[in-house]
Amino acid sequence: MAGRYDDGVDAVSQPVVEVRDLQYAYPDGHPALRGLSFSIADGETVAIVGANGAGKSTILLHLNGCLMPQAGTVRIRDLPVSKRTLPDVRRTVGMVFQDPDDQLFMPTVYEDVAFGPLNLGLPAEEVDRRVMHALSIVGAVHLKDRPPYRLSGGEKRAVAIASVLSMSPTILVMDEPTSNLDPQARRRLIELLKTFEQTIIVATHDLDMAFDLCARTIVVKEGGILADGPSREILQDAALLAAGQLERPLGLQGCPVCSPPG
Amino acid sequence: MEKTGSSLLDVTYLDTLSYQDTPVHRLDPRVKVLTTLLFIVCVVSFNKYELSALLPFVIYPVVLVALGNLPLGYLVKKVLLAAPFALLIGIFNPLLDRAVLIHLGSVEISGGWVSFASIMLRFVLTVSAALILVASTSFNAVCVALEKLGAPSAFTVQLLFLYRYIFVLADEAWRMVRARSLRSFGGRGMELKVSSLMIGQLLLRTLDRAQRIHRAMRCRGFDGEIRTVRRLRLGYRDLLFLVGCSALFLFMRLHDVPRWLGDTTMALMR
Repeated sequence: MAGRYDDGVDAVSQPVVEVRDLQYAYPDGHPALRGLSFSIADGETVAIVGANGAGKSTILLHLNGCLMPQAGTVRIRDLPVSKRTLPDVRRTVGMVFQDPDDQLFMPTVYEDVAFGPLNLGLPAEEVDRRVMHALSIVGAVHLKDRPPYRLSGGEKRAVAIASVLSMSPTILVMDEPTSNLDPQARRRLIELLKTFEQTIIVATHDLDMAFDLCARTIVVKEGGILADGPSREILQDAALLAAGQLERPLGLQGCPVCSPPG
Repeated sequence: MEKTGSSLLDVTYLDTLSYQDTPVHRLDPRVKVLTTLLFIVCVVSFNKYELSALLPFVIYPVVLVALGNLPLGYLVKKVLLAAPFALLIGIFNPLLDRAVLIHLGSVEISGGWVSFASIMLRFVLTVSAALILVASTSFNAVCVALEKLGAPSAFTVQLLFLYRYIFVLADEAWRMVRARSLRSFGGRGMELKVSSLMIGQLLLRTLDRAQRIHRAMRCRGFDGEIRTVRRLRLGYRDLLFLVGCSALFLFMRLHDVPRWLGDTTMALMR
């Protein structure tokens, strides 16, 4: 995984995501993002971490035009995000929301995964091919005729990801993908995400996942960027993490049995 | 899911029933929708004092329950659940309409009681027919059938979403109810005022969720039209069922079968 990050930095390739001086204030005037900038190269895996209300989700919503920048710019590949480029941007950036119940709105799993491709105007055979392919990637082919409300949490999450994969996005954006999953479902999800070739951007509180999955970590605090760099360095830096109201991933902390703290 | 299972509507179980594989379940949903509609129209179109001609219509729900392997007890319970509404509509008839209509020996039955019985009978017939439709077809298939039959898609899409999210809504409502009951002691905290506040809360949460769902839909290219890939196929069994049922309903609607049976037996006995 670490190799990916180095490749991304070394490569002269144009960034696939470029955010410049992004500012956003909620309708009540409370500022959510205070001019932050970052760029992400093709194939990178990036974790956006931060305290509750730091602005993680707001950043994600800008990446595919659910929110429009009030100041600054967001570019996806060579397209600035605007009303006009929205269809192209949304085809490129697949967004997996935090609550699968929001994402899975069609009566059956198959129809839900087919929703995006059908809206792209693809012919029926191609839709079918894409749906079955997406379902097989996440290992959910056997669920295809089930209604979404009859799935377990892990199955719902897998199908939600398939519903986005069926549009063949090159960038996957996920909000808290491991929330509400039992440990094994979480582990399966992480292993699944590791196999993806796409550029992956996750907003999360699960710092162990960030360490495991993402080569790069961006720490967000109060609508600005506190740190941005390799996960190995950032997630080891106790002082930095404390400043972001975070703490070191459990996997990087000492064993509480062998070497009790204090 | 166990949580919604305990809800008043108990839609989950109704949904489970529709996943069976029986001759009734295999019928094309459009055929079942049309048959049910015709059944309901026939039943409600009788005059208000009609009783005897309604009785033969019982055959339709009875046969479908038997062939469709549907649990009778459950359906009866669901019908009873809705009974108060019909009761409320019919209950004043015996008070307002006291003209004697039927003499059974020395017992005189007023028109009010007859029409009341007629209302209750129609209610049982129509509600059970609708329940059987959903239990043997699944709500989603009913919606698809309606759309294929030409119902406006705005209407069917609303129905689909209603059904999809009734589970989520019920869950959310139950969580709120539980949270309240855990912190209410001796009736305090259970007042009507709190209930109304909670309903308001639920509405706000629902609006929030609607906004998130809409956002998720937009992200996947939603432009106001829901596209689906479903195809339905009509077989000769379906047509046979439709034609057979329609003929039977129309016959029972136009002829008072029990009276006719009675008259013939009387004639034969003479």
